[in-house]
Amino acid sequence: MHELAITQSLFKIVLEQAQKAGAVKVSRINLKIGRLTGYAPEAVEMNFNLLASGTMAEGAGLNIEWVPVKVLCRECQKESEQQDLGLGCVHCGSLNVQIAGGREMYIDSMEVDNG
Amino acid sequence: MAEIKILKNIMDENLSQAAKNRQWFRSRKILALNLIASPGAGKTTFLEQTIKGLFPKFKLAVIEGDITGDHDARRIEALGVPVVQINTEGGCHLDAHMIDSVLSSLDLTGLKYLFIENVGNLVCPAEFDLGEELKVVVLSTPEGHDKPAKYPLIFSEAQAVIINKTDLLQAVDFDIDKAEHDIRRLNPNVPIFRLSCKTGEGLDKWLQWLTSQGTENS
Repeated sequence: MHELAITQSLFKIVLEQAQKAGAVKVSRINLKIGRLTGYAPEAVEMNFNLLASGTMAEGAGLNIEWVPVKVLCRECQKESEQQDLGLGCVHCGSLNVQIAGGREMYIDSMEVDNG
Repeated sequence: MAEIKILKNIMDENLSQAAKNRQWFRSRKILALNLIASPGAGKTTFLEQTIKGLFPKFKLAVIEGDITGDHDARRIEALGVPVVQINTEGGCHLDAHMIDSVLSSLDLTGLKYLFIENVGNLVCPAEFDLGEELKVVVLSTPEGHDKPAKYPLIFSEAQAVIINKTDLLQAVDFDIDKAEHDIRRLNPNVPIFRLSCKTGEGLDKWLQWLTSQGTENS
């Protein structure tokens, strides 16, 4: 049910932005999703297809670019990409890090037809 | 065919309502807590014990989030604390709009603490900010010490972690040091409280910490 809430928000933004741009059809939606989020692509796609049916977004593809988990080390000030979800600096080993990437869940762009 | 840039966070609608809730709580000096745990971790018993330690010295209220029913709300009501039940009707988490919609039905005059018991789940509640000041995650020993490693987001977001049911440590082979180590990897400075709601052991330290917390404005 988590995905339904996310998909409803996603769908609302897509329609608003498409109308604002004067589009008649949305063919592709490009998303950036962080690895730390609980985003489940199949579930969002299924919900999206249901919501979009009969609207200008019907049949639009959801394209996901996954954003890796990144942390910024408070000790050595370096950024590192995480291979697993345990968060630590790969340069100096410190656990005193802050999350700098991986929580993203946004719509980057859309491909639309303007009629 | 044209490409249009959007750059909009899918969670914006929840985040902006959460920011309003947070401002609302802070302006009234209410410390709002979001209690998150798996089903059966002992959230409601933990809440009852916390209430017994604070009430009636401090004025409290509770928002209970459940998929269906008011079993937990009745347990809280029995303690004399005002409580409002939200039923998500299948939804796996509370969101900021649900909190906003019930605030008007609670008497919040002079309120010091508002406890929000989220739907039992370690996944979805991590994504939905309610406007709380503190996220408190309750992990219980029978669930296993691997839970922080398996559900990293919620443990990395917590402002306090409770390890509940320490009275069962021996029986369930829970490696408490391993659990704490994994929690610290995700969230180095988070306070961790080992306690048993059944024996009462460790509750004093938690209550001491809680009463030392204020909102940013107080």
